[in-house]
Amino acid sequence: MTLLSRRTLLKAGLAGLAASAVAGCNNGAASRGEGEVIYWLWDSAQLPMYTECAKVFHEQNPQYSVKIEQYGWNDYWPKLVTGFISDTAPDVFTGHSSKYPLFADKGQVLAIDDYVAKDNVDLSIYQKGLADRWIGADGKRYGLPKDFDTEVYFYNSAFTEAAGISTEQLNSMTWNPQDGGTFEQIVRRLTVDSKDRRGDQPGFDKDNVKVYGLGYADAGGADGQTSWSWYTAINGWKYSEGEPWGTKFFYGDPKFTETIGWWRGLITKGYMPTYAQAKSGVDVTTSFGAGKYGMTPNGSWMLATYAGLKQVKTKLARLPIGPIGKRMSMMNGLADTIWAGTTRREASWAWVKFLGSQTAQDIVAKAGVVFPAVSASLPAAKAAYAADGWDVTPFLETVEAGDVFPYPANPNAADVTAVMTPAMDAVMSFEAEPSSLTKANNDVNQILSTTT
Amino acid sequence: MTVTTNAPPDRQHSRGDTQAPPARRRNLGDLKVAMIFLAPATLGFVVFYIWPTLRGAYLSFTEYSLLTAPQFNGLDNYRRMIHDSFFWNALVVTVEYVVINIGVQTVLAVGIAMLMYRLTKSITVRAAILLPYLVANVVVALVWYWMLDFQVGIVNQGLTWIGIDPVAFFGDSHWAIPTIAGINVWRHMGYTALLVFAGLQTIPSYVYEAAEVDGASEWKSFWRITLPLLRPVLVMVLVVTMIGSFQIFDTVAVTTQGGPINATRVIYYYIYERAFTRFDFGYASAMALVLFAILAVVSLLQLRLLRARESDLA
Repeated sequence: MTLLSRRTLLKAGLAGLAASAVAGCNNGAASRGEGEVIYWLWDSAQLPMYTECAKVFHEQNPQYSVKIEQYGWNDYWPKLVTGFISDTAPDVFTGHSSKYPLFADKGQVLAIDDYVAKDNVDLSIYQKGLADRWIGADGKRYGLPKDFDTEVYFYNSAFTEAAGISTEQLNSMTWNPQDGGTFEQIVRRLTVDSKDRRGDQPGFDKDNVKVYGLGYADAGGADGQTSWSWYTAINGWKYSEGEPWGTKFFYGDPKFTETIGWWRGLITKGYMPTYAQAKSGVDVTTSFGAGKYGMTPNGSWMLATYAGLKQVKTKLARLPIGPIGKRMSMMNGLADTIWAGTTRREASWAWVKFLGSQTAQDIVAKAGVVFPAVSASLPAAKAAYAADGWDVTPFLETVEAGDVFPYPANPNAADVTAVMTPAMDAVMSFEAEPSSLTKANNDVNQILSTTT
Repeated sequence: MTVTTNAPPDRQHSRGDTQAPPARRRNLGDLKVAMIFLAPATLGFVVFYIWPTLRGAYLSFTEYSLLTAPQFNGLDNYRRMIHDSFFWNALVVTVEYVVINIGVQTVLAVGIAMLMYRLTKSITVRAAILLPYLVANVVVALVWYWMLDFQVGIVNQGLTWIGIDPVAFFGDSHWAIPTIAGINVWRHMGYTALLVFAGLQTIPSYVYEAAEVDGASEWKSFWRITLPLLRPVLVMVLVVTMIGSFQIFDTVAVTTQGGPINATRVIYYYIYERAFTRFDFGYASAMALVLFAILAVVSLLQLRLLRARESDLA
């Protein structure tokens, strides 16, 4: 090899390196076809269904095609934000009600009101109230709903049978913030100490508990979605003035603090593990799967995870009825949103409209992973869950009755969480009294008043 | 965490066995070639270190929420920091972590290095000691997170078996930082031990022989000979591991995420939270700059006080 050719090679190599480095910096917006939409989602379990949706969409609209990319929840949001900044965000992406208000506030999501009006999209095909969750604080619509979730209790049916608690008892529980109602009686009975004495039997040793009646994942932070949100709701408490767009929060309200006071009382009584023990674990479902809990509250998106726990037989029970005379659940959901910086608005809208249609949601529903937003697609999902051995009625009753409340949305959700998470942690670990939440609430309202 | 150290001084050279060749005037004709070889590293250094540092310094004087253009706000971020109890808590937690992590790690590393030096020169042993370091940080953290689970973890099962009450390693505010520090000691002590081991090999054997003739005990020769002669290497190891230790992030991010309450909200995690979940980039940059200053001062102090440049081997 001569010197000359070596030099040429070196130059060519360097040029190649530089070229690939430059190419690596954009998502190929210019190089891909005018009708190709890039779509992001985080749930790998739903990837096959969305791949099928994309195929059907392409058949119906040959001028458009969709490229799907999936990133896990923890990578998804930082990647999306860097995409916004560097102008390389996906054209369409799955949005969450805790995240989109900030994006809308910063002008990163496209308002779709004009498209909805132009194409006469029928918003009444969705579960009641779902479509409105995607109307931002500014009154504009930012997405079409794709699915929803609610909460129930997942219980270990071998434990309830051993305790002599019937399915009827489990499904007609009552609750109040003073003595916890029949719900607390059931939790007490499900608790077993190391000498096999139950929580309601004489000699029960609350310091040596083998099976806790109730498990919990964390102190709930600002939303308490899977930890306390339904107790506070049936005690007649609301997160904020003007739900879901909170302008003034009520974490210092006596109805809230008495509920939290009752909840952490279960730790003192030995029916729930201490906060340190609950947090010093992989997660609440793993402990439930190892037979350490009688029941654990959780959301409908966790059905597949609980189904995977092979050592226990899991069933679902309704949430309790509270002082306001009914049971209530948080109802949250996802929607598909369009990035404001997309150069393919028409194609993106076509894809969002398709995903919001019954055709697409039937495909998703049949897999039995989530509850579809389109009411008419729900029976398909129910059937799929039933085939997996789940009777999902407890999840759906509150929705059908309209006894649901929204996730507390807020453009400053991250700041509110940063205050409320340590504050709730401190209360649950008995390092602060529930009354300390009044101060946290003041801090939250301070944030809202300075930033809006 | 990448670690660079000064190569141990050449044995022959330090004993004065050979004469250094007479210095020759460098031929400037090599400059062009030298530039070509230096260019890639310089380019990387400027693009990935110098430029981000300068930009970070600029951003620390702005209010920048990522999605809108930065706005100059003078010293506001620094003023906020003084009144931010989370920031001070983060510093205290980080220092607690560094003290436990570096203290335990250095003692263990010197111990392991001494054992290796005196007992075996086996390459296999050295490789085995390095093993934990070869496993990714996140994997190490996750595996320990599982093993230290309060209810189903193998460590607590073992403790119960020998009659000790299970410990809420990650959930108890008092245990969380020592637990995380311990995990990282486990991962890094082998690597640090190898660095110390390399240092031990630079100590000439005649010093020990002389001590033996004078009747010094093993213990005495460790304190009077090994440690003083190891000092320059030990200082480098301390400076480098301490800088790394201050930057603890990944173990916290995959296990406690700052909790319980604020017990493990170390400074890097707090900076990350401010920047990437709360989009408070200006403030996060200001904190990063303060951390930079702290690290610079700590490193300089260590180098000065421990006289890293001089060797007692005169």
